[in-house]
Amino acid sequence: MGQTPLDSTKDAKITEPTIISCKGIELAFRAGNTRQSVLNHLNLEVKSGQIVSLLGPSGCGKSTLLRVIAGLIEPDSGEVVVDNEPVWKNMPRSSREKLSFVFQEPALLPWRTVWQNVILPSQIRRTHKSPEIRGFVEHLLGLVGFQKSDWRKFPAQLSGGMKMRASIARAMSTRPSILLLDEPFAALDDMLRSKLNDLLLAIAAEQKCTMLFVTHNISEAIYLSDAIAIMSQGRIAERMQIPFSFPRQADLRSTGEFAACYGQVVVSMSKGHA
Amino acid sequence: MNSSAKTLLTYLAPVLVFACVATIWHFLVLWLKVPSIILPSPIAVLNALWLERSILLKASWVTLQAAATGLFCSAIVGSLVAVVFSQSSLLRVALYPYVIFLQTVPIVAIAPLLIIWSGNNFRTIVLVATIISIFPVIANVTSGLLSINENLRELFRMQSATRWQMLTMLRIPAAVPQLVLGLRISSGLSVIGAIVAEFFVGNSGEYDGLGTIMTARQANLKTAELIAALMACTCLGILLFACVNLLSATLLRRWTRSSGFESDSQ
Repeated sequence: MGQTPLDSTKDAKITEPTIISCKGIELAFRAGNTRQSVLNHLNLEVKSGQIVSLLGPSGCGKSTLLRVIAGLIEPDSGEVVVDNEPVWKNMPRSSREKLSFVFQEPALLPWRTVWQNVILPSQIRRTHKSPEIRGFVEHLLGLVGFQKSDWRKFPAQLSGGMKMRASIARAMSTRPSILLLDEPFAALDDMLRSKLNDLLLAIAAEQKCTMLFVTHNISEAIYLSDAIAIMSQGRIAERMQIPFSFPRQADLRSTGEFAACYGQVVVSMSKGHA
Repeated sequence: MNSSAKTLLTYLAPVLVFACVATIWHFLVLWLKVPSIILPSPIAVLNALWLERSILLKASWVTLQAAATGLFCSAIVGSLVAVVFSQSSLLRVALYPYVIFLQTVPIVAIAPLLIIWSGNNFRTIVLVATIISIFPVIANVTSGLLSINENLRELFRMQSATRWQMLTMLRIPAAVPQLVLGLRISSGLSVIGAIVAEFFVGNSGEYDGLGTIMTARQANLKTAELIAALMACTCLGILLFACVNLLSATLLRRWTRSSGFESDSQ
């Protein structure tokens, strides 16, 4: 895995312990007699508290990697360690519960209100009656921008952006140490997307949670991340450190440094693609 | 056209069609001098409907009870079978052909057998109505329980949800719209089942549903009264269908509620 000159920037989080470690992940899907390799000896390390974006063309295995880390798809070989616990080999419940997932679509249950959707993971864990959890869910709903009067609304009554906010609140409701996001804003317009990017950064800062973010959008990846991992043909082709400090300001996108960084990512992506 | 005119037209148009058909029917009977034993005029039918109103109302009530009980049994038993099918692919594979058998067996053929087993009574009518109306419930609910959005399933798996939680918190609520869809189809079938069973239960004197009345009127060549009973059957089917629709509108309010979404204000 190559590191670009960009990572000469000092990153305080680089000294943090590794929270996600993937070593030699191999995965192929079989359809009849054909075998389609999806992850190809993939290595990835994410430090605690880091926000890492996975960038790459469609079909390069980004979403699959996220599901392997989440323990939803078992790799053919290789080792995934999340917070010092191996994923898949007798993965303890407590370990799986450190992770949370935000899907590409909001995936809200249509028969439940916003409140009932956000408290669902706690309800599955049977902790939803605890005043501490309820208080935290109330706090999260406020943080993602829901008025109290919205809590009793059903998903069909919400806009796409509000649904995604509810989905993010649900993912955060169990205080995960790692949040995995699979192109959550792909279907939203640019204005809304940048608002939700800021929201995500605010949540990451407040909850001090590690994020692994899959996206197609280079600008979004640079704006959100400590580092970008460029994926190509089932492996991490290159990893770049982002030189901007936190908290990020919205006008960062219009700076020359941002444009230069964007250009570098484009070059790296086209190299990886070639 | 404003909305109230549209609503008026929705109700008025079918009534107008009925009036046209009845008028043509009336003049054809007069013009062709059709014997009333073959086809009575609509006025004769309306007359019979009026004269037999109390008998028909009583018989409709008896048939409605049988059909509604049959539909209720279909909903309960059909849903339970679907839950079992959703939990075990082995049972599903082993038993599904027999469920299809329920759908394909001619109900006219098994009704006499059921009467031998169960007697000339209300229970038999309910049994026939249940058998004929259970398949759409089983097929629809099974499909609803199994076709769960992949992301929702992953969401539950991520939280290490138990099989029971997955069933009660995800699969069953997700299958409610499919249950309602199945019940809509089954409501008409249960009325058919009840009336066909009543044909066979016949004139035993123990039971007086619409089917029984129809068999008796046919035996006496009372065609106008027979058509009047037929109209009562149709009304019964529509009534039960309307009840299921009303129930579905109430049940599905949560699934389909939409009063225009709020704009993203943040």
